[in-house]
Amino acid sequence: MLDAIGLKSEEDLVSYLPADVRFDRQLAIEDGKSEYEIVDYFKALAARNANGYATFLGAGVYNHFRPVLVDAVVSRGEFLTSYTPYQAEISQGTLTSIFEFQTMVCQLTGMEVANASMYDGSSAVPEAAMMAVRITGRDKVLIARTVHPEYREVLRTCTQHQGMPVEELAYSESGRLDLDDLRRKLDEEIAAVIIQTPNFFGSLEQVDEISQIASTKGALLVVVFTEAVALGLIEPPKAADIVVGELQSFAISPSYGGPYAGIIATREKHIRQIPGRLVGETTDADGKRAFCLTLATREQHIRREKATSNICTNQALLALMATVFMSVYGKEGLRELAEQNLAKAHYLAGKLPLKFDAPFFNEFVVRTNGKQPDQINARLLNGKIIGGLALGRFYPELSDCMLLCATEMSRRQDMDAVAAAFETEPRA
Amino acid sequence: MIKKVSKHIVQNESLLFEVSSPGKRGYQLPQLDVPAVDAEKVLGKSNVRGEIEGFPEVSEFEVLRHFTRLSTWNYAIDLGLYPLGSCTMKYNPRVNELVARTEGLAWAHPYQPESLSQGAMEVIAALESALAEITGMDAVTLQPAAGAHGEFTGILMMRALLETRGNARKKILVPDSAHGTNPATAMAVGYRVENIKSNSRGMIDLEVLEHAVNEDVAGLMITNPNTVGVFEENIKKICAILHDKGALVYMDGANMNALVGVARPGEFGIDVMHLNLHKTFSTPHGGGGPGSGAVAVAKVLTPFLPGPRLKRDGDLWKWHHDSPQSIGRVRAYYGNFGVLIRALAYIMAHGGNGLRQATLDALLNANYLRKLLEPYYEIAYKAPSMHECVFSDDWQAKKGVRTGDIAKRLIDYGFHPYTVSFPLIVRGALMIEPTETESRQELDLFADAMISIAKEVEDNPELVRGAPHSTRTSRVDEVTAARKPIVRWKPQPTESQAAD
Repeated sequence: MLDAIGLKSEEDLVSYLPADVRFDRQLAIEDGKSEYEIVDYFKALAARNANGYATFLGAGVYNHFRPVLVDAVVSRGEFLTSYTPYQAEISQGTLTSIFEFQTMVCQLTGMEVANASMYDGSSAVPEAAMMAVRITGRDKVLIARTVHPEYREVLRTCTQHQGMPVEELAYSESGRLDLDDLRRKLDEEIAAVIIQTPNFFGSLEQVDEISQIASTKGALLVVVFTEAVALGLIEPPKAADIVVGELQSFAISPSYGGPYAGIIATREKHIRQIPGRLVGETTDADGKRAFCLTLATREQHIRREKATSNICTNQALLALMATVFMSVYGKEGLRELAEQNLAKAHYLAGKLPLKFDAPFFNEFVVRTNGKQPDQINARLLNGKIIGGLALGRFYPELSDCMLLCATEMSRRQDMDAVAAAFETEPRA
Repeated sequence: MIKKVSKHIVQNESLLFEVSSPGKRGYQLPQLDVPAVDAEKVLGKSNVRGEIEGFPEVSEFEVLRHFTRLSTWNYAIDLGLYPLGSCTMKYNPRVNELVARTEGLAWAHPYQPESLSQGAMEVIAALESALAEITGMDAVTLQPAAGAHGEFTGILMMRALLETRGNARKKILVPDSAHGTNPATAMAVGYRVENIKSNSRGMIDLEVLEHAVNEDVAGLMITNPNTVGVFEENIKKICAILHDKGALVYMDGANMNALVGVARPGEFGIDVMHLNLHKTFSTPHGGGGPGSGAVAVAKVLTPFLPGPRLKRDGDLWKWHHDSPQSIGRVRAYYGNFGVLIRALAYIMAHGGNGLRQATLDALLNANYLRKLLEPYYEIAYKAPSMHECVFSDDWQAKKGVRTGDIAKRLIDYGFHPYTVSFPLIVRGALMIEPTETESRQELDLFADAMISIAKEVEDNPELVRGAPHSTRTSRVDEVTAARKPIVRWKPQPTESQAAD
């Protein structure tokens, strides 16, 4: 091949690079490893992580069973190793599955349109806020303190140079948004009120009441969710103008925080303000149903600096995992799964001192009554149980509280052990 | 003559919603080991939803068959050359998939105790250090979820640094050859965008640049090698021009597959750059994601990196949340960890020498294709190509055939098209990046196909304009899709409703 292009050696391929730019040393990276050594290396690392522990952590990332079919589907090279489906004629597999994904997200959330997925739930929040700013022509947003703390942090990072002041809303003694604080801070400059339900404490927010209050001043309501399984059972936020959320619960392994799949869904009238990719139905030259990426004039590769967002990628493979998950569980299964989560969480909660009294789905806040949350967690670790999230890290006023989550994966004996750790005195 | 593919039977398949029937199920949950609860009682009646209208009801096997059938309608790198310029579609090693699914890694919760996360933290630390070595930069963050997200993170850090110097400045310079994400990103960080015209060789014009840089300019976003696959030979001077005026240089690392082991951006003056782990470091594109947009920075920008940062404390890794100048989080948790595992496995498999060899092979493949195609297509710029080559459709346009038509005709020959009509500075661009993982046989098949199409353009342009002719789905009407967007399935109205 070198002969064919008239070169003598491989080095000639880079000989025209300016000499003061060429890197002539060797990268300080160990020599290439065999497949066996690579597998061994990662197994050894995995062994230094938690293995074989029961867990009661939720807080945005949930421990749900992954149906076997999910990996069977996403391991097919035709899905795994294809690019973004710009060439519709040879990408109908991906396009059709995304169209199904968009449909299921609408059915689940009660919204009319949804995009092909977002990076994750957290980064979808600023996108929703900016969308609300574009729609209303206003620039301020209010966000409840009961929204995931790291999501709020992402919102602050992303809006700091957009001329978009962000103000937080207090929570009440019941563990939900304080409606009075909302009424106090709401005015005609607010583009959006952002809440989460079930919220970070696991409590269900009063979506309809909040929507009514927001609409009195013409603000849009953005509803966030992190626990998608809840939508199998709880009323979808139909009063919302924009819904964003995280689908990690739908067969995406926790994977130390990512990759996940976020969603954004809204009403039909706002379709041209949605960021990211959208798949639409059309026909081919023979009149057969076909799908393609559509409304690209919102996107950066066409509009450049005038785009609705700089987003380029979606999370197609993760969205496919979620689609397979929703297909396997289906209409009855998702409800039954949600009911199991509800039953497990209420079994565990029934044995513990709850901090808040609002209704909750599969997460709830518990008072640790004089003990340090870390003490309780340390005792649980001895029994190979990872306890709850100590809340002081995010809410200093809740430093004697812990957020616990139970799912269909939580066994009764482990829940009994958690309850016992709250009761008895630690051994000396 | 079409050598790579033959026709074969393809299965038809309806949407899942259309094959659903009431009561069908594909799951089996375990028996509940605690008492069931009445949802309406514990949640309140108004909080409990009715059934999810239209949601699928299918058996397990129907689900598998459905998605398997859909998969056969896709082209994929596993089926052949995928020459999308700037996208670096290379082989996705399967060992990477295996190790990413190792239980202790795949099931690690981001909030589990640090003492039980040391393996995951070690993956992050090892990858940060390898990428710093490869780029010649001082520190790396793995938090951004994708390339554009990395750009956003990088420009935000630039802004933060300039603010500490007393003036965030007003605009970002972007060459007219840049990816669309660059100007969109600059806007998202609150900067105006000023486009810089490329010279006749497809490179940044030093005079134009010098004229544009002043105290209002926060920085330049540059892609190197640029989007015509050419190394910016004046890169050191370019960086110096910006630095002299107190501005910074951002490098879009989309084309880093041309540089690994051959040149290090940190050594030619770049202040901050992103890497697309899903391009250069072989993690699968998955039909459009997940990506991962690692960002590497020079020392001057390290205080502004998103938090938390990983630090060594004795024998243990710890997350540190205490950097007062940090721009803050750009996403929850620590990044697309599963993608990071795959990228680290790729780097380990190659080693330092292997990475450099991969780069040389990528350059060889691109230049080999350029040589074979140059007699048939007009090369956009004479400058030496790196990992990709860009042609224009000027010769074919005389027969009324454009780059988009040639691309669709390639599909009939069994190949995915190249990147069409980008970069914008080349009229009717054909942007071809074969990557290092293609064999000579595959490259020859591709060149044969391109040459055969060039001849078809002369003899039978209609054949090319009407392509593709052999796909399950013929040319798709994208105009109607955009005019009347239908982005979700709805049940067909029954006859009585339709009559209303």
